[in-house]
Amino acid sequence: MTLLPTSTERKMGLVIDLDTCVGCHACVTSCKGWNTENYGVPLADENPYGAETSGAFLNRVHSYEVTPETGPAQLVHFPKSCLHCEDAPCVTVCPTGASYKRTEDGIVLVNESDCIGCGLCAWACPYGAREMDPAAGVMKKCTLCVDRIYNENLPEEDRVPACVRTCPAGARHFGDLGDPDSDVSRLVAERGGMDLMPEQGTKPVNKYLPPRPKDAPIDLLGPLLEPVAETPTGLLGWLDTQLSKL
Amino acid sequence: MSQPALDTSPPVSDEIRKTTCYMCACRCGINVHMKDGKVAYIEGNRDHPVNRGVLCAKGAAGIMQVNSPARLRAPLKRVGPRGSGEFEEITWDEALELAVSWLAPLRDASPEKLAFFTGRDQSQSFTGFWAQMFGTPNYAAHGGFCSVNMATAGIYTMGGAFWEFGQPDWERAELFLLFGVAEDHDSNPIKMGIGRLKARGAKVIGVNPIRTGYNAVADEWVGITPGTDGLLILSLIHLLLKSAKIDATYLARWTNAPCLVGPDGLLLRNEAGALLVRDRRDGALKALDTQGVEPDLGATHEVDGKTCHTVFHALATRYLDPAYAPEAVAERCGLTPAQIHGLATQIADAAFNKSFNVPGTWTDFRGDTHQGFTGRPVAMHAMRGISAHANGFQTCRALHLLQILIGSVEVPGGFRFKPPYPKPATAHPRPNAEYACGAPLAGPHLGFPLGPEHLAIDENGTPKRIDKAFSWEHPLSAHGLMHMVISNAAAGDPYQIDTLFLYMANMAWNSSMNTSGTMDQLTATNPDGSYKIPRIIYADAYSSEMVAYADLILPDTTYLERHDCISLLDRPICEADAAADAIRWPVIEPDRPGHAGVRGFQSVLVDLANRLKLPGFIADDGTAFYADYADYMVNHQRKPGIGPLMGFRGNGAETGRGAPNPEQIQRYIEAGGFQVTHIPDDAQYMKPWNAAYQNWAVALGLYDAPQPYLFELWSEPLRRFQHAAEGHGERQPPEHLRDRLKRAMDPLPYWEETAIADNGYPLHALTQRPMAMYHSWGSQNAWLRQIHGQNPLFVPTAVWEANGFAEGDWARLTSPHGAITVPVAHMAALNPHTVWTWNAIGKRKGAWALRDGASETEKGFLLNHLIGELHPERDDGMRWSNSDPITGQAAWFDLRVQIEKVAAPREAQPAFPPLQSPVGQGPEHLAWKVGA
Amino acid sequence: MHPAPSVILFTVLSGLGFGLLAFLGLGLPALTGWAAFFGYGAGFALAIGGLVSSTFHLGHPERALKAFTQWRSSWLSREAWAAVAALLAMGLHALGPVFFAERFQLLGTLGAALCLLTVYATSMIYTQIRAVPRWNQPATPALFLALSLAGGALLAGQAVAAALLLCIAGAVQLYAWHVGATAFTQAGTTLGTATGLGHRGTVRSFEPPHTGENYLLKEMAYVVGRKHAQKLRVIALILLVALPLLLLLIGQGALWASWLAALSHLAGALCQRWLFFAEAEHVVGLYYGRRVA
Ligand SMILES: Nc1nc2c(c(=O)[nH]1)N[C@H]1C(S)=C(S)[C@@H](COP(=O)(O)OP(=O)(O)OC[C@H]3O[C@@H](n4cnc5c(=O)[nH]c(N)nc54)[C@H](O)[C@@H]3O)O[C@H]1N2
Ligand SMILES: Nc1nc2c(c(=O)[nH]1)N[C@H]1C(S)=C(S)[C@@H](COP(=O)(O)OP(=O)(O)OC[C@H]3O[C@@H](n4cnc5c(=O)[nH]c(N)nc54)[C@H](O)[C@@H]3O)O[C@H]1N2
Ligand code: SF4
Ligand code: SF4
Ligand code: SF4
Ligand code: SF4
Ligand code: SF4
Ligand SMILES: [Mo]
Repeated sequence: MTLLPTSTERKMGLVIDLDTCVGCHACVTSCKGWNTENYGVPLADENPYGAETSGAFLNRVHSYEVTPETGPAQLVHFPKSCLHCEDAPCVTVCPTGASYKRTEDGIVLVNESDCIGCGLCAWACPYGAREMDPAAGVMKKCTLCVDRIYNENLPEEDRVPACVRTCPAGARHFGDLGDPDSDVSRLVAERGGMDLMPEQGTKPVNKYLPPRPKDAPIDLLGPLLEPVAETPTGLLGWLDTQLSKL
Repeated sequence: MSQPALDTSPPVSDEIRKTTCYMCACRCGINVHMKDGKVAYIEGNRDHPVNRGVLCAKGAAGIMQVNSPARLRAPLKRVGPRGSGEFEEITWDEALELAVSWLAPLRDASPEKLAFFTGRDQSQSFTGFWAQMFGTPNYAAHGGFCSVNMATAGIYTMGGAFWEFGQPDWERAELFLLFGVAEDHDSNPIKMGIGRLKARGAKVIGVNPIRTGYNAVADEWVGITPGTDGLLILSLIHLLLKSAKIDATYLARWTNAPCLVGPDGLLLRNEAGALLVRDRRDGALKALDTQGVEPDLGATHEVDGKTCHTVFHALATRYLDPAYAPEAVAERCGLTPAQIHGLATQIADAAFNKSFNVPGTWTDFRGDTHQGFTGRPVAMHAMRGISAHANGFQTCRALHLLQILIGSVEVPGGFRFKPPYPKPATAHPRPNAEYACGAPLAGPHLGFPLGPEHLAIDENGTPKRIDKAFSWEHPLSAHGLMHMVISNAAAGDPYQIDTLFLYMANMAWNSSMNTSGTMDQLTATNPDGSYKIPRIIYADAYSSEMVAYADLILPDTTYLERHDCISLLDRPICEADAAADAIRWPVIEPDRPGHAGVRGFQSVLVDLANRLKLPGFIADDGTAFYADYADYMVNHQRKPGIGPLMGFRGNGAETGRGAPNPEQIQRYIEAGGFQVTHIPDDAQYMKPWNAAYQNWAVALGLYDAPQPYLFELWSEPLRRFQHAAEGHGERQPPEHLRDRLKRAMDPLPYWEETAIADNGYPLHALTQRPMAMYHSWGSQNAWLRQIHGQNPLFVPTAVWEANGFAEGDWARLTSPHGAITVPVAHMAALNPHTVWTWNAIGKRKGAWALRDGASETEKGFLLNHLIGELHPERDDGMRWSNSDPITGQAAWFDLRVQIEKVAAPREAQPAFPPLQSPVGQGPEHLAWKVGA
Repeated sequence: MHPAPSVILFTVLSGLGFGLLAFLGLGLPALTGWAAFFGYGAGFALAIGGLVSSTFHLGHPERALKAFTQWRSSWLSREAWAAVAALLAMGLHALGPVFFAERFQLLGTLGAALCLLTVYATSMIYTQIRAVPRWNQPATPALFLALSLAGGALLAGQAVAAALLLCIAGAVQLYAWHVGATAFTQAGTTLGTATGLGHRGTVRSFEPPHTGENYLLKEMAYVVGRKHAQKLRVIALILLVALPLLLLLIGQGALWASWLAALSHLAGALCQRWLFFAEAEHVVGLYYGRRVA
């Protein structure tokens, strides 16, 4: 059903901490691993061992260089998967109803057996979060690991997306962004979580935590490094006095 | 509106098998989900001490490695010329008999003619044992070209280094300094640690010419010019000494700072050999381990009319020199004086203003009891960025000196050892190289020389080892010098060998300096057409470049198809508060339909040992002790009661010491593939001196008796070599090395320029490990190679603009050793004198089952072609080796280059002819899914 | 956006076909008999040919019927309905002139409206995509309609209407290019907003997430050189508008001139449509550093 629900019971999504993401791509391959084996068709790769290999991935990690007005240039690693937008244009454009947003948790999914592989939803997504499977000809996208997060065959602590479970730096958080008291909502509030491309009007559920300020100048005027001696004898004398006081 | 019905609880797998990852040397615990007997999905094991459930990009892509088209399938015998890749498949019996027919005569007549080097081996205590029983002196793994500077400097200075020797106190550090690390072996723990620091808001500082990865998330980036960290660190020491921001009590009690330096530069001892200090309480000279002694850092003592000062006096004298002031060094380091002041301020602030106390009562080796452990929340970590330089050993020592001066080693918030460390050089063995026909070596090959008497040289000073390890050229080459083996063997220097036996090292490609030269050496012939290296046996699991250069290939299994053991005898996976070890076991059986199949290399070594009837493997009555490696893991005893695995010994409930238990492997499997045993609370810190820890370690079997020691700020082993170079003692270095040794073997850390002054090569050229790729072997992985399928040369802004580069351009990069032509890309967050690229992405055509046109073979490249194992001739007429004079560590990062824009060639240069693939090429389509 | 031949053919041919059918439906000209057979036949062939070619780029053409289900939200679905309705209406309508020499004008007018509705729906498939600012403007449907009508008029031999419509189409095209030139900037999406890092300094893509290819790059990060595009624009305008006008002028209303003009117009439309896709930048290109400044 490509009409968007007017509201969803929960707004499940990811919060990605750009201050902590080291750009390791662990979330990329764990996502590929889980989702190739689970929801829908496997994520295929074209010419996997040759030139211009092109495979379907649901999550990819970019990196950007930011040059501030003063101070050295910075590098920010930037994972990106579907943001499970509240106003998801990818859903409304879909002619078949294969794309839909779940009313219970807001997850945007593709029902592959209805998908004709027209690609329109991928055009509609400003974030590049949808990729056509090169072998099966159906649209693939982040499922928010819908087959993990409620999966009763998994231990409770593992009912989180594969990418979240694997992230070594703990830069990915999962939860209900519709609940202002959830851990993720609080994190977003504390750290000034932001939307990507707010002007596109998609109202993404996923939020990004900005990197903390970097390379702040250190206050050197403090007395901390006040010299006590210029010579070894001077230093030893000073230490001796100090130790004697103990 | 109706939504499609969706099963949100699909079955995940039929079964989970828990083993250890080997997509790199970090050795995380993995849950292998099986469907229909096949690997369906791999995730981290939450209970595992190393990774606590997480996996890196490589680990999660393991399924593509286990099913790689580049897997070898059968033993191979060379039929074409070496380097062509033309082989015929043979049976295992043929392969083993062939190997035996080569090796048995060597053992009887000249065991040194077998050179056995095991690359990135995780079973060195076993492969070393095998070589020892064979009787060749020529054994080592890859440490010599990896990071022996780090390991050795740490062990000589404080009984352990970073990485597997110890770890930052991630939970309590307030300030974390990272020197020269892109990824490291502790891949996941470092990421987890940085994540935890960040979650607490602790400050992270990255010292690195390149700002990516860990250095990108660092709150402060110190974009140092390569090779100058030693200078920066000594300048920090200068500032801290000058302001007395040091932990004097710590220095007096736990280090040799209060020891007195005798006229010969060695420390004063009493007749019993105990180090002497002056007791502040009564001014008397006493043995350092006297109960209650308060060693005086400023003591003096007259010997033969000469005043002897303390080590502390010597180091204060050296580092208070204005030559180390920030204003004097900043420019050379590519930094500003303010940055250096800022670093020192933050270190002092965290160490002393944020200090805290962890309660606990503990007794030291003197018998003195202490209340609490003083926290110094400054943690540091470093790796090849400081060690892979020719001044790396002393730079690593300088860093340890800094850690120790502020009292941050083995304390809460600082750096903590992981069992079996701390373990000083004195507690390690000495090198063994004395060999005899048909007899085993007396002890392990590798060790820690304490003076010239431990060098592995004969009476003429000629090295006994083919790699010339433990010779005057590199006295402390504690990991051997694998990077010198091929060139020495081809040159017959110091002697000819017969068989080069390699395991798990892609020497014909990314692991060698002077790659094309190495290929030439591997194929070099005598006038009669025979090969200069007569025979080469190689054990690899995949169709690497090196495979093409061997005469006999012993194909190994993948990591999910074999037994392995990550042993306390080796390089274990312990944590600062626990000892731990682990196994691998065949969660799937090797399956190469239509071919002779593959075997675990360690089991093949057992088989060879049995066929060669090696002592240690064959009982007096001729029966074999071990059927295979699994059998060895369970039943081998290094000392009575101590074997490769610590867990489930004896009756199954004994840990550390205990009789072999036939159920042991099964018990490991049931326990998730690993075993952990915790260090008691009162033994957690101050381990080198803490009696509770020492006793715990003895009980576990790490030591036979408590072995407390002092941190060696003044290194006596170094001084002994320096003393010899000054003309003292029996064993004297050759004249051409004398001056170099006098300078290099300085008992206190110092810094010197490494590279030849820029003379026309103004830029430094570096490589970094990509987090999602493991050296050469990730390129056969369909998922990983999409992330890193080619590598540009990253160029800093000023150089980019000066050369008029634009996106898509190519450049020729020239070093004194050679030239390459490669694609370039711009990077602003980079030291202005540095260019760099990702390591080992370039591949040889025909290797790794890659198809024609694969980007790795056309746009990927190696810097290795530019790096010579020898420097060009210098003023003294010598061609010095491109390595650290102390340890022989390969100085990968001393590379200097010039750059020029050129028209884009069809492919990166140099290009080599394609190898013939013994396994064909990978498929054109992939859609991997197992089970229903 | 990747100028896929299937989509270019689809929009151009179906645009022409529905344009022709619209004129026929309105009785301009009021054909009958064989003339009607061929006239309507040509219209159906073009329209259906276009629609069929659009299925070539589908991963699962066999499921194409499912595309009718989402008319409440999806312009593609609406287009499907409109196309079927238009073809049905025009088909029914065509029975009269072809077989009975009769015209049911009401049905024809309805059919014509449905034809235009179809073209409008097609245009809205592109127009609605906010992520492609160049398309996301009122000029897009205007352009599609004008071109469809102009082409239809040419094929229908309505020289005067054609001339007028060609001029309008040319003007709309010029306007669309004019607006398109700044549409991306106007939309306000930059690498800064895409990453949320804009306020920290200038943001530049350092390394792509993969050195390999992917669907997004192939489909949406097509980059055409500015000079090349300029050249093609001139060619397109000449073939699309100028040459047909000239031919019409020379031909003085002769059918051959109309058809020759239609041929030129078709070539121009293909070129125009290629540019329509190739010049359209998707905001996702920002993430890959593929935005041509
Ligand atoms: N320019 C430059 N060069 C460098 C470095 C650098 O920083 N810059 N770093 C150097 C360092 S530190 C190192 S350690 C070396 C690493 O270089 P190498 O030691 O050559 O390491 P790898 O390329 O990882 O792999 C070695 C071989 O192990 C094989 N292998 C993988 N798994 C198995 C297995 O399960 N069994 C067996 N038998 N074989 C297996 C692979 O197929 C490969 O052929 O590179 C060195 N080279
Ligand atoms: N993913 C992955 N993990 C690996 C490996 C791999 O191939 N892939 N390889 C493993 C192996 S064998 C090893 S040895 C370890 C090595 O682990 P690392 O030591 O992290 O190895 P490198 O990637 O060589 O990183 C060296 C770092 O030092 C910096 N550097 C170079 N010169 C200087 C200098 O003079 N000063 C400072 N401060 N920094 C400098 C470089 O910019 C780079 O960031 O990684 C291991 N882990
Ligand atoms: S796994 Fe975590 S740290 Fe690694 S790239 Fe993904 S988000 Fe970043
Ligand atoms: S990120 Fe893209 S695919 Fe995901 S919901 Fe938003 S628009 Fe749709
Ligand atoms: S590709 Fe599939 S999911 Fe996307 S719009 Fe077309 S039919 Fe819907
Ligand atoms: S939530 Fe699941 S599907 Fe989405 S990016 Fe993470 S692992 Fe992939
Ligand atoms: S760091 Fe990654 S590759 Fe290495 S052992 Fe751990 S999971 Fe495996
Ligand atoms: Mo290494």
